Amino acid sequence: MKIIAIIMRIIQQFIRDKRSLALLFFAPLLILILTWVVLDQESGNIAITTVDLPEKMITKLEAGEMQLIEVDNPDESLREGEIDAIIAFESNALQITIDDSEPSNQQAVMMQIQQALATNQNGVPVEIEKYYDTEIDTTFEYVGPVLIGYFAFFFVFLVGGISFLREKSQGTMERLFATPIRSWEIIIGYLIGFGIFAIIQSFIVVLFGVYVLGVPLQGQLVLVVLITLLLALTALTLGTLLSTFAKNEFQMMQFIPIVIVPQAFFSGLFSIDNAPAWVEWIGNVMPINYGANALIEVMIKGNSIGDILFEISMLFGFSLLFFMLNLVTLVSFRK
Amino acid sequence: MTSIITLEKVSHSFGNELVLSNVDLEIEQGKIYGLLGPSGSGKTTLVKTIIGALTPNSGKIYVENTKMPSLKKLNDIGYMAQADALYEELTAKENLDFFAKIYGMDRLNRKKRIDQVLNEVDLFESKEKVVENFSGGMKRRLSLAIALLHEPRILILDEPTVGIDPVLRNKVWDQFNEMKRKGITIIVTTHVMDEAEKCDQLGLLRDGRVLASGSPTELKDQTHTRTIEDAFLYYGGVNS
Repeated sequence: MKIIAIIMRIIQQFIRDKRSLALLFFAPLLILILTWVVLDQESGNIAITTVDLPEKMITKLEAGEMQLIEVDNPDESLREGEIDAIIAFESNALQITIDDSEPSNQQAVMMQIQQALATNQNGVPVEIEKYYDTEIDTTFEYVGPVLIGYFAFFFVFLVGGISFLREKSQGTMERLFATPIRSWEIIIGYLIGFGIFAIIQSFIVVLFGVYVLGVPLQGQLVLVVLITLLLALTALTLGTLLSTFAKNEFQMMQFIPIVIVPQAFFSGLFSIDNAPAWVEWIGNVMPINYGANALIEVMIKGNSIGDILFEISMLFGFSLLFFMLNLVTLVSFRK
Repeated sequence: MTSIITLEKVSHSFGNELVLSNVDLEIEQGKIYGLLGPSGSGKTTLVKTIIGALTPNSGKIYVENTKMPSLKKLNDIGYMAQADALYEELTAKENLDFFAKIYGMDRLNRKKRIDQVLNEVDLFESKEKVVENFSGGMKRRLSLAIALLHEPRILILDEPTVGIDPVLRNKVWDQFNEMKRKGITIIVTTHVMDEAEKCDQLGLLRDGRVLASGSPTELKDQTHTRTIEDAFLYYGGVNS
């Protein structure tokens, strides 16, 4: 079987190429660890001070997670960064002053104060219920699922694309054209050969993310692996496709800022809910968009396969489309 | 004699540049046919059209009466590209094994042929070495071994002896003659004049046109010259 010959050769080559192996398996872990170090901080430790607040409210605030500090000059302390907010009671109204120089502060302070004071507003008891019961405390836990998908995409794109390119630059692709192998056999061989490494990578990254770094996993692990694998397949077919338009490794690198980086903006790391319609439309043609959505559905919301069928079929569709384009370009190069 | 490869009015251009211009060629079975010409004369493009890796803009190519490109016909053709197309991370043996599988050779035959061709190109001792560490000459020889692997009836070799030392070059040519005796047709491209003398038939190629073809003796006699180089100059002068 010619396809098996190609698969075996790719495995042999790849095992000898320790650097690429490391890039595929350990680089995603390294970056995951780094983001974890930076983003895995609980949004506690908020210090506030109160001015003329009724005793009843102070008791409630003390029961919350915030730290109440007595200061002589509240404004001064806010400027110095000693406290994050001032809560004052003036002419029968609550006045909250927040240090909004730090973006994460603002939201956290508001949430904490609301939670602490919300229980009884205008005599009506307020209860806040977490719909998905995610128990997420840190930014890392929110972005973890997206990062897992993003890195799977990025590194498979890079390694797969460059390997396919090397086949062209070292002349072996042309040499293969002089053998009775069919173009689709070459591409299928490549997809399966690298697919094997993509599967291993998906497992390593997902297991490491979930069990070592504590990325939340409310749904099934097997679904997470399936999604990352589909993302990797999309990356692989896209990488090999684009590599046919690159003359060398450097030109392949040039695709990163054009193809890979923009996907980060549509991966769910940044909210585009309020963006104009055309921005949303761009997101619709970005594979990461679907992968990240599906990962959030499964890992954070704990949904099952029925809820991600659309995303899964979109990823599969992208792979199929890129595969067909691959075939067309390879056949046309052969002529 | 029957011709095994026929080219009819083959023309091809890359963009605006005409690389092959109305090439007619008949190559006889069991001969060593040399395509002689300077670099840029279209030799490589010509052999690529014969193996079907490149479909010319116009003209027809037949190999044993099969119109090229034909995947099936490639089973009968051994090809050695001008650039060593080898997998650098793999050993010599692994490279051969890969191509043997691509040509659909069975396990037993594979093992036997790999040892045979490794001996033929003097690389048996280095078979477990990774190609990355090969010298230029060794890579050339391994490329040749791959071309011989599936025992093709037709061998197409693009500058096969570049970077090979004179002793081995003689050995390689002895092999070519040996293969010729077995009825194998060999097409070699070269820009080395003394190699051209060793061919049975020659095609002189310049600027994508065949200036003249015939045996080395015929070419020299027709032009009243003593060397192929002079004959080439003569034809070049007449035609330009």
